[in-house]
Amino acid sequence: MNHTVKRKIGAKTWNEWSWGWFLIAPTMIGLIVLNFIPIIQTAYLSFFKSGDFGRGNIYIGWENYRKLIHDPQVWHAVGNTLLYTLLVVPVSIAIAMLVAVLLNGKLAGRSLYRTIYFIPMVAAPAAVTMVWRWMYNQHYGLINHGLSKLGLPAVNWTTDPQVAMLSIAVIGIWSVIGYNMVLLLAGLQEIPKDFYEASDIDGASRVRQFFVITLPLVSPTLFFVVVTTIIQAMQVFDVIYMMIDVSNPAYDHTVSLVYLFYNNSFKYSNKGYGSAVVMVLLALIMIITFFQMRAQKKWVNYM
Amino acid sequence: MAKHKYFNRILAHLVLLLGAAAMILPFVWMVLTSFKSVTESTSMNPFIFFPKTWRAENYLEVWRQNNFLVLYWNTFAMMALRVLCAVMFSAMAAYAFARLRFPGRNFFFSLVLFQMMVPTQIFIIPQYLMVDALGMRNTIFALLFPGLVSAFGTFLLRQFFMGLPKELEEAAKIDGCNIGQTFARIMLPLVRSGLVALGIFTALFSFKDLMWPMIVNTSSDAATLSSALAKIQSAFAVDYPELMAASVLAIWPMLLIYILFQRQFIEGIATSGGKL
Repeated sequence: MNHTVKRKIGAKTWNEWSWGWFLIAPTMIGLIVLNFIPIIQTAYLSFFKSGDFGRGNIYIGWENYRKLIHDPQVWHAVGNTLLYTLLVVPVSIAIAMLVAVLLNGKLAGRSLYRTIYFIPMVAAPAAVTMVWRWMYNQHYGLINHGLSKLGLPAVNWTTDPQVAMLSIAVIGIWSVIGYNMVLLLAGLQEIPKDFYEASDIDGASRVRQFFVITLPLVSPTLFFVVVTTIIQAMQVFDVIYMMIDVSNPAYDHTVSLVYLFYNNSFKYSNKGYGSAVVMVLLALIMIITFFQMRAQKKWVNYM
Repeated sequence: MAKHKYFNRILAHLVLLLGAAAMILPFVWMVLTSFKSVTESTSMNPFIFFPKTWRAENYLEVWRQNNFLVLYWNTFAMMALRVLCAVMFSAMAAYAFARLRFPGRNFFFSLVLFQMMVPTQIFIIPQYLMVDALGMRNTIFALLFPGLVSAFGTFLLRQFFMGLPKELEEAAKIDGCNIGQTFARIMLPLVRSGLVALGIFTALFSFKDLMWPMIVNTSSDAATLSSALAKIQSAFAVDYPELMAASVLAIWPMLLIYILFQRQFIEGIATSGGKL
């Protein structure tokens, strides 16, 4: 009797186990084949010099990494990627926060504004970069025309090495504001209204309310937005690829790690070196993630 | 006091209107330029904002030189298949991770989390080599390939499943449902908002993806709208009216879908952010 009960529980457990394995099987097999084996393979490839399309690989040990350290372009790419991130993350989040705070009240046309600010997010970066490139055009561009109306000199937005990264960052900021705003607005709406009413009675100014109530209470959402924006920015490719070709004089000042990875792996077909470049990106993102996790404990308030 | 409030409101509208104009201006400029002749678009004195005659030639020309119907189909097929796979497989795995107990659950879930932390470019060379080895370059399958499963989707939907009350499953069990039936008939309909959010997310990001289609589908009959634009840009380099016409042709479908389903879009993005 006792024995059969045990067997019955065993069958039930076994049933749950098999359902569990069955349900996760497609995803896990997919992740292993599409992601985990590729991580190992990319790391492995980074020790090879590869000919066309991965055929004829020659083992060269740490040579790719030695070459990488002495390759000025890699250092440019690291610097450019970090600079782009440093420009896009604070500016886009500050603007998104401002818009979100303004939209959090009972403002007329609130959902229309929200819809409009999100539009850049649904357009393909390839198309968006093309129109920006056209607006940035040195001779016929809308922006330089505007400057000349104000009596200012024309700027070589896309070819001047000192300016090109700024032009690219503007596109990056413009594209991501809506996305960050929607996330922040959702976070703001979680804050109980009584907090503001109480501080209204205390006579706190709007600015003070923002720093004392809004910012601490929205910090979990803000943290999420900061993390995702940093990771997205570190992987910048589309905008730079569409705007700056290899012959552009500003190339060295704008090439990002992912763009460099793409050029080496698929334009010059040296997948070994490309793999080494992308390993640098992985290392950088891991380091940044580590610091973010530590910072999270310091300034994020979970209610 | 009331006057002060009124002033604040005006100021808020001013700031927001300025921002909204900046958000829309590039699109307006794209459309205006696409109807101009090259001479009009490069005329500086006088500077021409509105085309004198709204000429459709640029559209006809890019339509003639590129097979847009094929591009629409490729892009749509890629998006639809990726959404289908991501939603289906992620929902299955997410339910198991959220509600079932089985050996290896924590280990496998940590793999899901780990995948989300790694930059996607690290997978690209091996994925390309796999597609190449299968002889599947320049196919719809190649476009779908990296999106067959979704760690992000698994994580996201797991959060949704965890938010459902436990009693539902117990009731289903008493009614004689097995685990598969409980999942498919009871639990799945309850996370509909999660499925919609994941679907929108997946569709949007596959539509915007540039590098993968560019690498794996090099033939122009197998390109997507994004990767075709990159090609068109290098071919038409200076003819901006035609480039803008091509851009308009590439972005209008997604823009239209967004305008029609804006509530779902924005709520989908907002909830997915809130759940992570």
